[in-house]
Amino acid sequence: MNIHLSHPTRDIKLQGPKRVADIFKELQLIPEAFLIIRGQDLMTEDEIVDDGDSIEVRPVISGG
Amino acid sequence: MRCRKCPQRAVLGMPRHNTAFCGPCLTEFVRTQVQKAIKAQSMFAPEDRILVAVSGGKDSLTLWEILLKLGYRADALYVDLGIPGYSDRSHEKVERFARDVAEACGSKLMIHTVEEDAGAGIKELANLIKRPTCSACGTIKRYQFNRVAWENKYDVMATGHNLDDEAARLLGNVLQWQEEYLQKQSPTLPASVEGFAKKVKPLYRMTEREIAAYAVVNRIDYLVEECPMAKGAKMLVYKDALNRLEAESPGTKHRFYWGFLEKQKKVGESSVSMTDTDQTMLLPCETCGQPTTAGTCSFCRMMARAKTSTR
Repeated sequence: MNIHLSHPTRDIKLQGPKRVADIFKELQLIPEAFLIIRGQDLMTEDEIVDDGDSIEVRPVISGG
Repeated sequence: MRCRKCPQRAVLGMPRHNTAFCGPCLTEFVRTQVQKAIKAQSMFAPEDRILVAVSGGKDSLTLWEILLKLGYRADALYVDLGIPGYSDRSHEKVERFARDVAEACGSKLMIHTVEEDAGAGIKELANLIKRPTCSACGTIKRYQFNRVAWENKYDVMATGHNLDDEAARLLGNVLQWQEEYLQKQSPTLPASVEGFAKKVKPLYRMTEREIAAYAVVNRIDYLVEECPMAKGAKMLVYKDALNRLEAESPGTKHRFYWGFLEKQKKVGESSVSMTDTDQTMLLPCETCGQPTTAGTCSFCRMMARAKTSTR
């Protein structure tokens, strides 16, 4: 699967299928600080991302 | 995961409420929370004119959208800081939202350009006066939002501060024991003296993640990129610490800030009000007339220093 990350902008590859919760763990990210988006749809932590999927891990925290 | 209100697939789990919502139910939940905030904190009435401070980010554009969807009379002000690249992109997002969403509701967007007013962008200005960029930016934004709200006779000025912003700010104030700032951490600040607009934070009940999810579900096209000047900001460190606590104990941010508001309410009943304090401490600035504790306000002092530095 292809994963698009921000701050800094980059793309990485992970072997699928994987649950969203496991992607958070593997990337050592706190779920409260990110949204996972596939296409235009949000994904919850129990959903599966398939090997051929592209997702965006979008940060939600701003400097305020 | 299923929505707790209907049989649809959930798009967001909310551990702090032990619930999950589909897109339409999330939209209804967020708008209801904003309406509750407006009522509980006596923010404004349906006939009031509201000025929303917009930046192109998720919070301010979401706030503007929700107020319009709820039928409020909300215009917006964008302050163009002149940060190369970043300001162009944020400006474009705000203009697009105004054109595609706000215009149809009879709402207008106003723009203030720092470079036109001060002769330099925010970074150059901060360098000239030897102050951190975020500090100079805060002074300019507070000043211009208040000025435009006051001069155009808006009943209230609204900002997109959310639960994460308020909890992080509270943590910072408590860690530094800046007790004098705690009184200013209410979601509603009164128009305490002549020259000060009333200020409200209708998103204080919502986390950043919930607001971002609302923006995605409702196709609000906001700027995801962070301000380049915010890199290393203390607020980000506090937010990260709070989110680590939240992961271990959902509802931590909510309990921390709401607990503070409860205590503030109790203390407020037996202490001098902010309006009384402001009326004792504040006088019109000798240069511009906006209220200040000094003879000349911090904005006018900053502009004077910038002019001296360029001579």
